[in-house]
Amino acid sequence: MNNVAHSPQNLIYQKPKLLTDVNMHYCPGCSHATVNKLIAEVIEEMGISTEEVIGVSPVGCGVFIYNYIDIDWVEAAHGRAPAVATGVSRLNPGKLVFTYQGDGEVTAIGIGEAIHACGRGENIAIIFINNAVFGMTNGQMAPTTPLGMATTTCPDGRSAELNGYPLKMAEIFSKIDGTCYVARQAVNTYKAVKKTKKAIRTAFENSIQGKGTSVVEIICACPTNWKMTPAEANQWISDNSVKSFPLGVFKKSRPKF
Amino acid sequence: MQDNEVMLLKGNEALAMAAIRYGADAYFGYPITPQSEIMETLVAQKPWLSTGMVVIQAESEVAAINMVYGAASTGRCAFTSSSGPGISLMQNGISYLAGANLPCVVVNVMRGGPGLGTISPSQADYFQATRGGGHGDYRTLVIAPSSVQDMADFVAIAFDWALRHRNPAMILVDGTIGQMMEKVVLPPFRHRLSAEEVKEQRPWASTGKTTNRSRNLISSLQLDPLKMEQRCLEREQRYLQAQQTDVRYETLSTDDAEYLLIAFGSAARICSKTVSLARAQGIKLGLIRPITLWPFPSEAIKSIARHAKGILVVELNSGQMIDDVRLATADSIEIKHYGRLGGVVFTPDEILTAFTNSFLH
Repeated sequence: MNNVAHSPQNLIYQKPKLLTDVNMHYCPGCSHATVNKLIAEVIEEMGISTEEVIGVSPVGCGVFIYNYIDIDWVEAAHGRAPAVATGVSRLNPGKLVFTYQGDGEVTAIGIGEAIHACGRGENIAIIFINNAVFGMTNGQMAPTTPLGMATTTCPDGRSAELNGYPLKMAEIFSKIDGTCYVARQAVNTYKAVKKTKKAIRTAFENSIQGKGTSVVEIICACPTNWKMTPAEANQWISDNSVKSFPLGVFKKSRPKF
Repeated sequence: MQDNEVMLLKGNEALAMAAIRYGADAYFGYPITPQSEIMETLVAQKPWLSTGMVVIQAESEVAAINMVYGAASTGRCAFTSSSGPGISLMQNGISYLAGANLPCVVVNVMRGGPGLGTISPSQADYFQATRGGGHGDYRTLVIAPSSVQDMADFVAIAFDWALRHRNPAMILVDGTIGQMMEKVVLPPFRHRLSAEEVKEQRPWASTGKTTNRSRNLISSLQLDPLKMEQRCLEREQRYLQAQQTDVRYETLSTDDAEYLLIAFGSAARICSKTVSLARAQGIKLGLIRPITLWPFPSEAIKSIARHAKGILVVELNSGQMIDDVRLATADSIEIKHYGRLGGVVFTPDEILTAFTNSFLH
């Protein structure tokens, strides 16, 4: 099995060069790793120089993404990435500027910055990891936790009476005039990964072309805090998450006024 | 617009005009009294058509300071302005800017507090400005204008300092100076850096990774305590350097002074009149005006106050800078405080009465 000859003729897959050779800190089965790799692949396949790319990293489980993708990074305070990206993008027009954020950032503490960046139609892409919990801090309830799902701060399952309803951000972002592309995809199956990759590429191209704000919400697995095996977590997404958070492209272009 | 143009302007307007002339790259702000003229003046000037400067009205002070952080991360000179309630909201972001070693200028046109307080002038944010304000071990350069001319001139001092020390600088001004109109000579135009010049002069900036260097990361995070301590010590070195080279103050009639007034901003302006009133009565009164509130002119005060019989610290607050004066003099002479609060401004006569009641009765 180890004697496979590596040659350009039989090379069908390789790690993107932008992905660094360090061990990722993500837990087994965590979707962050998949999305990190997709971002590196998309930048590489777009054929643009890293001189044209600036990433804005979050606070949360994605905090160390700057160790994994070999581009310039700016680390934002928790939730403020869209405001930081506004400053980066306005001073560096024409560059690919993207944020990488979790659900605590986009739907809780930083919802204002996210909504207003979309309202201004900033030429940025928001890559939004929705795994339904606050992963970094041991799995507390997030605004995106589905009804019935147990977390450390809603141990009996999220109840509408006690905890309110989950926020469906892709639907909200798609209603804002400044957004040019809004999609919700997943990475729990090979097919889903292909769709997510396509969505990231569309969002990145929009940023460079100055079309407005793109948001790619990605339904992700957090097996550690969901108390599941990686396979169970991916299955759970197919069986449950997508019912509360339907997948698809919600918006393909910006309205004309 | 020409170099050294003379105009009649409000302090806030003069500051905005000076920022464009400095070659500032961006302003991000949120309206609040008594400083909204800064953003209004910038927008009226449309600097994006002349120098290329970006001006954005943010959705909150929190967003504004984080936009500043983003622009500064790419090596750009950005600034924001607000007043007490908004500055408090910005403190988290200012701490991140200090932690990530980023330059920027923050203008605080002070109003009376705490809370929503009042929109009338005050100097009540002295502690917040000079003690760091946000979380963690850091300082900001704090420079306090006392005229509309200072508002124009201090923009360059603050930006230059922020760039040299890679740290936020604050222009701390009371509402009086922001709102009042005076004749002002606007500073000459400076060249605004091109993208190529920024890359060359600020190689630390995240402007897009080039093939000849490793990736840049703008961050305040470091989980290894020893490395984090090292970063803090390096910052401390810059602060020590600033204390040696960047202290500014001015004096009035201190050579033969038996008693001293110490005041900053508009209070110093009012105190200068008190000094003439006192001198007319034969009282040997002098004035020290700290221009930088951090670094504080401790050595100058210590030296000038050596032969004085007493010091009256005059502030539009309940007694904040007096702590630094007591530290500077090690309480070796009698030090008293006179202040008005809540947006009330004292008169020169009132200060003279306070002085005579404190020391001459």
